[in-house]
Amino acid sequence: MSARAPISLLKLALLTVLLVCSAIGAMTGAAAAVDETAILAKKPPAKLSAFGFFADASRQVPAEGVIPFAPRTPLFTDFAEKRRFVYVPEGESAVYDAHEAFAFPVGSALIKTFAYEAADRPGGLRLVETRVLLRQEKGWQAWAYVWNEDQSEAELKIAGAKIPMTVPIPGGGTQDIVYAVPNKAQCKGCHALDGEVVPIGPKARNLNHVFPYRQGEENQLAHWAEAGMLTGLPDLADVPAVPDWLDETAPLDKRARAWLDINCAHCHRAEGPASNSGLFLTWDEKEPAALGIGKRPVAAGRGAGHLKVDIEPGDPDASILVYRVESNEPGVMMPELGRSLTDSRAVALLREWVASME
Amino acid sequence: MMLKLSAGVLAIACVVIAGAAVAAEVRLSPADGTEKLVETLIMAEEGDTILLGPGRWNIADGLVLDADGVTIRGAGAEETVLSFKGQTGSGEGLLVTSDGVVLEDFAVEDTKGDGIKSKGSDRITFRNLRVEWTNGPDEKNGAYGVYPVSSTNVLIEGVTVRGASDAGIYVGQSQDIIVRNNLAEYNVAGIEIENCYRADVYGNMARHNTGGILIFDLPNLPQQGGHDIRVFDNDSVDNDTPNFAPEGNIVGSVPMGTGIMVMANRNVHIFGNRLSGNGTVHVIVAAYPNDYEDENYMFVPRGVYVHDNTYGEGGDAPDGEMGELIAERTGTPVPDIVWDGVTRIPEWLTWVSAENRIYVKEEEGTTFANAKMISHMILPWETKADRDIANYEGSLPEPQPVKLPQDAEG
Repeated sequence: MSARAPISLLKLALLTVLLVCSAIGAMTGAAAAVDETAILAKKPPAKLSAFGFFADASRQVPAEGVIPFAPRTPLFTDFAEKRRFVYVPEGESAVYDAHEAFAFPVGSALIKTFAYEAADRPGGLRLVETRVLLRQEKGWQAWAYVWNEDQSEAELKIAGAKIPMTVPIPGGGTQDIVYAVPNKAQCKGCHALDGEVVPIGPKARNLNHVFPYRQGEENQLAHWAEAGMLTGLPDLADVPAVPDWLDETAPLDKRARAWLDINCAHCHRAEGPASNSGLFLTWDEKEPAALGIGKRPVAAGRGAGHLKVDIEPGDPDASILVYRVESNEPGVMMPELGRSLTDSRAVALLREWVASME
Repeated sequence: MMLKLSAGVLAIACVVIAGAAVAAEVRLSPADGTEKLVETLIMAEEGDTILLGPGRWNIADGLVLDADGVTIRGAGAEETVLSFKGQTGSGEGLLVTSDGVVLEDFAVEDTKGDGIKSKGSDRITFRNLRVEWTNGPDEKNGAYGVYPVSSTNVLIEGVTVRGASDAGIYVGQSQDIIVRNNLAEYNVAGIEIENCYRADVYGNMARHNTGGILIFDLPNLPQQGGHDIRVFDNDSVDNDTPNFAPEGNIVGSVPMGTGIMVMANRNVHIFGNRLSGNGTVHVIVAAYPNDYEDENYMFVPRGVYVHDNTYGEGGDAPDGEMGELIAERTGTPVPDIVWDGVTRIPEWLTWVSAENRIYVKEEEGTTFANAKMISHMILPWETKADRDIANYEGSLPEPQPVKLPQDAEG
């Protein structure tokens, strides 16, 4: 017994040192700092907290140096609320691009939490998962972390997860769904450009609008440039911008194209996973046949739903594109991943858009 | 001396250990659970072999393999079954996006979309697999069974596909392809090669499909202008399943009882095949029939050589719109070989150059018709189909056999 005493003493001393250190850390703000070794590690940490992205994770309050952002028009994922953050290592910066996602320096991270409104939870949000994109030497790595019941921690799920839950629907009511957390390989199903994992959201046209920062409203691109996170930003008047797809004062064509760009074009482009379809839906696409107008399906199978062309101008009911966005049946619905519900607002917008074509 | 030797042994031991660490062999059985299988595929590293033991996996979501040089090997196409009956997400059962992958000796059943797809893969091998929709022909079945697309060096052999609502074996927008010794039955199309460069299709059995073997080229796609295709030594027989493709798909227009169909493409050689029991037509060569907007697309077949095939019963029950159209021009029974006779208008007014013509050389007694569709449209009462096979005498130089880096037989 007595032989063990010195070890216990040693432990106690060590613990004291650790406690003191962490107390000092907390005072200087270092405890809420991002751990870049976790971002760069070959194996991802088992717990989200290891990255240090949040000062208060359950309320989605970011750590210092982690900046919230939002795209003008978002991807639909079963009406989930999203909280997005970007981290760029101190003294480094992303490089502006007018068309593609910005080129981020090694050590950067993009963080996206999926949540639903819930009055009984901290911050009024039920957190479901947080996905991280980590910029390493060899390229981007994508991982998903699933939140525990009391929202104190999120754990790595390499194989993804299926979570049965009841979610609120905009305009009232709820819906029972099986929420699908993507596995690592499925991440690449959308985040692939010429076979490499890339971010989708942080493109100039999506970020070129005002965001309500804690210190006041400001254009996101201007904010990033001022913070030293972004170089090469031209005059804002020369930066492309998509409209908010729900903004009814914006031109119909632009609203529909903004929606297609963020919901479809990561796959449906010449360099994307659906390149073989020949249906290209990027914001910059000009070719009517590539946009689906009068274009016959190639490998749609029953996804074609007895219809002959992707878009039949003036006739949404004869347009495969509308049919597949409206469907929620695996093998038919588009996008293939990321949703089990239909966004009736998107269907209405696309219907109106196709109907308006001559 | 002794020291040197042990250092050498140590070095060898290190190499062996390192080698083992690089190319791991992972054994899985259904008892390990689906999550373990999903994780193993995701975490697979270059050169790994994943062995799937006998039994049934019930899989709710699509599988993805993105690591190079990985082999997935089951215990046999009847023994190791990946069932997707309860699938709730993804467009296919298994998706491969990496190079040098071998898939062999397992089955994929009842996927909601396509069975096994490879996208952008180099040196992809599908061997002794079974991909099946177990409920039989149904328009709700997935489109393609084995589905390499935008891939290079594609080998498909010893595979059985049943019940695909588009094509059992479908190779799209790919280059350097061998499809041999497969069984395709009860699909809309048994085997379809679409917008491909250099393909050898041989030794296959295509039976009880709507159409046996289709060689197509379509407009508005990243890779088009399919060319250098050899279809030889296949059996395309008793293709008697009514077309169950969802409307809107190009195969939806293929009539029941089509043996081999060539639509558009350049330099296609059809020879030594055995055709019988195809109620509409054994061999048909035709232009792309729909409107399109694509100035780079060639809608008529260029240079097709049909020779030394054997023909049994057939052509006695032309099916559907296309079957009716053919029968109207040729009468019933429909001849063994039919060309729609469509050329580009300048060529119709003048001539088609030698390398772009359709040539036929078959045993005496083989029947043939050029339906002369353009002349018929312009002068409907004046034009008869040309049934004189001797007018199509000649030949084309055959493409070199396709060679694949992963093919020991090649």
